Amino acid sequence: MMLRKLLPHPGLSVLLILTWLMLVNEFKWGSLVLATLLAIILPLLTAPYWPNRPLIKSWPAVAEYVVIVLWDIVKSNITVALIVLFRPAAKLNPLWVRVPLDVTSPEAITVLAGTITMTPGTVTADLSADGRSLLIHCLDATDADAVRDDIKSRYEARLKRIFA
Amino acid sequence: MSLIAELLIAALLVIGGLFGLVGSYGLVKLPDLMTRLHAPTKASTLGVGGVLLAAMAHALAQGSLSWHELLITLFLFLTAPITCNFIAKSWLARHATPADLPPTGSARQWATLDLSEAPTSPNLTPPPRPGRPS
Repeated sequence: MMLRKLLPHPGLSVLLILTWLMLVNEFKWGSLVLATLLAIILPLLTAPYWPNRPLIKSWPAVAEYVVIVLWDIVKSNITVALIVLFRPAAKLNPLWVRVPLDVTSPEAITVLAGTITMTPGTVTADLSADGRSLLIHCLDATDADAVRDDIKSRYEARLKRIFA
Repeated sequence: MSLIAELLIAALLVIGGLFGLVGSYGLVKLPDLMTRLHAPTKASTLGVGGVLLAAMAHALAQGSLSWHELLITLFLFLTAPITCNFIAKSWLARHATPADLPPTGSARQWATLDLSEAPTSPNLTPPPRPGRPS
C-alpha cells in the first residue's frame, strides 16, 4: 500500500529512469541515484493529470505492434517519395476518409491517430466531437472503404488487444 | 574502422540525405496544404532516421555505444504526428466547412468545427482532486 502511494505510476518511473540514463549516455551510479529521485518525484507531481492510467494487457502485442509500425513507416516513406517524385500534381487524388472507432480509451485513440499519420499516405486530421470517429486525409487514394478497412484490421484490431 | 562499416555508414548517410531532399522537394511540388503535409511527416522521417542510424553505426564502429540517437528517434516519433495534427486542425478551422468533409456518422461534428457547448469526448480534463474546493 505504501509502495503504491510512493510510486503511483511504476511504468512512468521506469521510463523516466531509462530516459535519464540514455540522456547521460553512460552508466554512472550518481546518475542512477538522480534518475531514481526524478522517477519518484515527477510521477507524484503529475499524478493528477493521469486520472485513468492506461493498462497494457499484453507486452508481446506491444512489441509486435512496434515492429509492424516501424516496417510500415519505412514502406510509407518509399511510397510517398515515389509519389512526390514521379506523379504529376494534377493526377493526384486526395481523399477524406472517416474511420469509425471501436477503441474508446484516449491513449488508444492517440496511438492510433499517431500511427495513421506515420504510415502510408495517410494523415490524421481530426477526431469527431463525440470521440467515435477519426478524420483521415489520404494523399492519393480512390477507395475510401479499402483505406478504412486496412486501418481497422491492421492497427486498431491490434490496439484493442494491447489496451484494456 | 573496417571498410564494410564505412560503406554501411556511407550508404545510410546517402539514403538519409536522399529522403530528406525528397521531403523538401515535396513541399515545393505538392499543390495544397493538406497534401503538402504528407511530404515532411513521412519522407523526412526516414531522412532523419537514416542519418541517426549512421551516427549509431559510427559510434559502434569506434567501439562505444551511443543512446542519444534512440532518444532523438523516440522524440521525433512522438512530436511529428502531433505537429502534423495541429497544422491539419488549424487548416480545418480556417478553411473547411462541414460540407467539405465526410459526415461523422453521428449527431456531433468534427471536433475542430464543433461549436456546441456540449463536452467533447473522450473527456480529458482531470477530475478535481478530492478534498479541494473547485
